[in-house]
Amino acid sequence: MIPAELIQSTARVLMDKAAIEIPQDYLDGLQRAAETEDGDLSSFVLRAMLENYEAAKEDRRAMCGDTGVPRWFVKLGNEAQVEGGMVALEAALRRATAEATNSVPLRPNRVHPLWRTDHDNNVGIGAPEIEYGFEPATPEYGGAWIDLITVHKGGLFGTDYRMLFPSDGIEGIKRFYLDSLMAFGKRGLACQPAIIGIGLGGSKDICMTLGKRASTLRIVGSRNSDPKIAQMEDEFKELGNSIGMGAMGFVGKNMVIDCNIEVGYCHTGGMPMSVHAFCLSSRRAVARIHADGRVEHRTDPDWFTPYQRRETVDWPAHQEAAE
Amino acid sequence: MSIREVRLSTTPTPEAIADLRLGDIVYLDGLMYTAREGVYMRALEDKANIPMELPSQSAANFHCSPAAAIREDGSYDMGAVTATASFRFAKWLPEWMAKTGAKLIVGKGGMTSKDYRDYFVPNGAIYLTTVGYGTGALLGRGVERVEAVHWNEELGLAQAMWVLKCNKMGPFIVASDLQGNCLFERENAKIAENIAQAYEGTRPATLKRYGETDDRSDEVI
Repeated sequence: MIPAELIQSTARVLMDKAAIEIPQDYLDGLQRAAETEDGDLSSFVLRAMLENYEAAKEDRRAMCGDTGVPRWFVKLGNEAQVEGGMVALEAALRRATAEATNSVPLRPNRVHPLWRTDHDNNVGIGAPEIEYGFEPATPEYGGAWIDLITVHKGGLFGTDYRMLFPSDGIEGIKRFYLDSLMAFGKRGLACQPAIIGIGLGGSKDICMTLGKRASTLRIVGSRNSDPKIAQMEDEFKELGNSIGMGAMGFVGKNMVIDCNIEVGYCHTGGMPMSVHAFCLSSRRAVARIHADGRVEHRTDPDWFTPYQRRETVDWPAHQEAAE
Repeated sequence: MSIREVRLSTTPTPEAIADLRLGDIVYLDGLMYTAREGVYMRALEDKANIPMELPSQSAANFHCSPAAAIREDGSYDMGAVTATASFRFAKWLPEWMAKTGAKLIVGKGGMTSKDYRDYFVPNGAIYLTTVGYGTGALLGRGVERVEAVHWNEELGLAQAMWVLKCNKMGPFIVASDLQGNCLFERENAKIAENIAQAYEGTRPATLKRYGETDDRSDEVI
């Protein structure tokens, strides 16, 4: 049984880490980009960003003034239990979000879409989003744990959705991918170089969800478990970096730090596609809370396990030990 | 091309502005105020009195909401500071400039060269873009103190008018000049020469959209 109080205090720490500490995988990717960049203005931008991450950590100050729209992904081991139940868990995450908004401080970005009401705490109708996943018990960790993942992603530019069809083929997928990079890359509206997430398939809403999760819940350097999709990821990364556009839409060669693709089965007549850009402030933080009260922090959400990508009807509730 | 660094007052002389070149890196000193849709609507549409002496106190309008909080004792906790995309404010900027004498519009991503020619140049104003985006922690360090927060009750923290005392605050990049040239459009034109090779072998979507362009030299702003 995991105490709701421990969830709240852990979530509070995660909000702080996400806003202030750039994840190492993205930092490594950006450093590699800075080394290869030869456009004078785009080089200057990348160097300024690297300096900015250091300043944020030194000052314990948010790395970007637009601290995004904080959201939560919660993954529950198959035997996880929360004291007070799931309503208590959600209350803990909403409290942590409100507290962190005031104490980090974060920008109170969340407002009512029509009345523009701002509670100055990033909490409101449907905010923060809380999404759930489940995972079979493993020999190593058992099943009585909870992963808390917070993602602070900007919200205005760099994302698009389109219904494509089988007749559009890979050529059509590439076209929409490039169009999204061009449209939102100019003037740096997408705050690139970014982790580009592509969602393919699912229904419309799930297509968006897949792409968003591909950009935010997979780290730089990870590859899809389907080798042919993994190859597409490499190819699309290279394609995006061949446009000749860099940071802020200046001439340059680094637009895409990595490209992650996630798929879901879709209607037989369609091939829906979404594109998402996780920006120069690719903010995520993760902690696993165990039933005995241990808390382990990390920056890899490790969301897309074999279970999350399963194709079969059934799946064992307990995963076998690895050989 | 070597990159030139310049320190600039937030109440700059016409000569200092005329001296700026596209791509210069600028650090600001003096008072700068934030104003975006909330402030524009309140001042220009609701005709509320602007609670500052403009432009004598500041000629620098920042399209920004900081990640900051007001403590219970009335003190301020200033965290990170970055800009929001400016193109959405073109509707209010001509009137705002005429009313406040703003000479430096500071934000994200600039405006179109048409905006620059139509009302920046006649007002002797130029555009400074933030870098990244965004160097929130670096810009936060450049805020020596918060002088005041106006209209917080009416507009909320994110839309309020924050008055910031800047001390070598930056970096910013000069994105327009007094001839009405636009840094981003200059870069777009250079990039446009190469686009065809990246698009080679792709195909337009079977299902079209109303109002869609297939000309990649266009912008979406």
